[in-house]
Amino acid sequence: MALLELRNISKIYHLGGEEIRALDDVSLDIGEGEFISIIGPSGSGKSTLMHIVGCLDTPSKGTVRLDGVEAQNASQTQLAHLRNKKIGFVFQFFNLLPKLNVVQNVELPMIYAGLSAKERRERALKALEAVEMGNRLKNRPSQLSGGQQQRVAIARALVNDPKIILADEPTGNLDTHTGEVILALFRRLSAEGRTVILVTHNPEIAAVTPRRIEIRNGKIADKVDERLAGLDRTKPGSPAPISVA
Amino acid sequence: MSLWSAILVGLKEIWAHKFRSLLTMLGIILGVSSLIAMSALVQGMENGAKEALIAVGGLQKLRVEPQPLPIEQRHLRDFARGVTLDDVHALQASAPEVIKVSPEMRLEPQPTLAANGKFHRTWMTAGVWPVQLEMMEHTIEHGRMFSEVDNELARNVCVIGTNIRDELFGKPEETGEPVIPIGQQLTINGYPFTIVGMFQHYESEADRKARLLREQELAAKRAAGETNFASGPKRSRGWNGGGRRGGNFAFWIKNNTVYLPLNTMWLKLKSGQTNAPAVPTLTNMELKIRDVSRLNQALTQIRNVLMVTHRGVEDFTFRTQEDWAESINVFIRNARMSGGIIAGISLLVGGIGIMNIMLASISERIREIGIRKAVGADGADVFIQILIESTVIAIVGGAAGLLTSFGLIKIIGMITPTDNAPVITVGSMALAFGASVGIGILAGLFPAFKAARMNVIQALRYD
Repeated sequence: MALLELRNISKIYHLGGEEIRALDDVSLDIGEGEFISIIGPSGSGKSTLMHIVGCLDTPSKGTVRLDGVEAQNASQTQLAHLRNKKIGFVFQFFNLLPKLNVVQNVELPMIYAGLSAKERRERALKALEAVEMGNRLKNRPSQLSGGQQQRVAIARALVNDPKIILADEPTGNLDTHTGEVILALFRRLSAEGRTVILVTHNPEIAAVTPRRIEIRNGKIADKVDERLAGLDRTKPGSPAPISVA
Repeated sequence: MSLWSAILVGLKEIWAHKFRSLLTMLGIILGVSSLIAMSALVQGMENGAKEALIAVGGLQKLRVEPQPLPIEQRHLRDFARGVTLDDVHALQASAPEVIKVSPEMRLEPQPTLAANGKFHRTWMTAGVWPVQLEMMEHTIEHGRMFSEVDNELARNVCVIGTNIRDELFGKPEETGEPVIPIGQQLTINGYPFTIVGMFQHYESEADRKARLLREQELAAKRAAGETNFASGPKRSRGWNGGGRRGGNFAFWIKNNTVYLPLNTMWLKLKSGQTNAPAVPTLTNMELKIRDVSRLNQALTQIRNVLMVTHRGVEDFTFRTQEDWAESINVFIRNARMSGGIIAGISLLVGGIGIMNIMLASISERIREIGIRKAVGADGADVFIQILIESTVIAIVGGAAGLLTSFGLIKIIGMITPTDNAPVITVGSMALAFGASVGIGILAGLFPAFKAARMNVIQALRYD
């Protein structure tokens, strides 16, 4: 049984009497320990899929099974608990709370998990060590560089030991070099056996992951667009050249 | 999320916006302190109003006085003998609900008192038993009360109130030294009497403060070397209605009292009048009952006893202080209600201020709420967080309001030094604090609900 099973997922929005199918009958399995990227242009339904995978939203139709738990009919409260326990989010704009310092930000998910202050502190320190941010504990996010903020955010995503790390354009707001460092961090997490899902429209980033899923017009494309997925790697590890189809 | 960490988050949020929180709290502070100050003022007023009632013996005391016969008994009027000493003895013997009986025989029309070549007419010249002292809550400050022996022998002795002393022997304020005319003589309708005792000076709390203030000012002027205090010649300022407040009449009349032994009054003053009755007829008698809560039973018992001594002729009636007490209660209730409504409105305005600031706070923290929800906060967590923030504002504001109320009452006391002192009660503090906390919770409900219902995806995208 896969860690995440999506069966015949549809998400339908109604805008001014018009029916918009953001996702149309999507089925997808993601196994434990996979390193996977979801790619697709803006408006393709990529974000909607990410919201459903990340338990931020429920589908209009179809079933979602996350780590053996049926999530398609979950209430907002149940979704919140699933997010807390099973999902670690990493966002493009880091989304750290500006008023809290680094440790407090990392402790945040554990507060809602109901852990004791002592345990929170221990686990936050361990997670920050893992992303090499153990020396900036008392800093505010505004005192850190973008890459450092993203590492704190990754520590926050790791700290509840989730089944899935879900990263939405994690390098989108970073320069190339820092982006590579962050990507390397994700690769390391994957190598440690964690399930990592990268959502991106950047082919270079998608090229890092062994498995790629492309969303086009609300469906999973049969064949991944090689240009978009960066599969056409003439030089491994380097930015993919754009080949003429 | 534990309650304690939620409270800490709330406190941090307040501290992060110090000035804004202070302004928000100001509404609650003013509401709480005005509620407490209002309640303290009314409590002071109540104490002031009740002190006169207590000065005349309180609700335990009632009076039996003669009345014209009811119509259906008019043909029996020759048998009506009024309230007499027989009634006093009968009540002492047969009415256990009555613990004290004190007969009173007044001289009517009011006699002329004279001493030192001065004259004075007063309302309250009465022949009484020594028990009258306790009955009317009198305190002898100088000399003694006349005794049973004085009464038995019908001696020409009397005790006087301070106003009688002021009129006949001079005011201590004017002479600058105490005037105690014990042992001196005065005449009542020409009959000589020896003053054996003088009551203390009775006055309301407010009058006492006014007098002390006057004396202080006078002393200050003396110290400054001023000697001519009064402007213009000495004058009477006219009748002031017996003092500014209705209850002051009770003190005024106590200070204008002359008591002499009942037998002296009966044998030496009354007997000389025309139409003097053959039995000692009383003007009235004062009774003290055992228990105010059994007032009705006591009245029935007294009536039954008196109907026997009066042989069925109902020529007497009762007078209690119930109406007076009731009117005080009504007045206090009205004052409390109107003040409470005003203070309540200001608390409500404070609550609206809290709600306003919480709504502003959540709309500038939409992203924060989104992040908290994304990492696992459910609706209840967010709801409780916002609710606790507003409650913490209200609690801190309420506590500050409690402290402020003491200052407010000091200021009120300075503005009106002669009024009844405001009395802060624990009950009013608890009520005001509880109301502020309650309003904080109510004001937080709607913003908290709004925040809890916020869509996590939209909140995360919000800039």
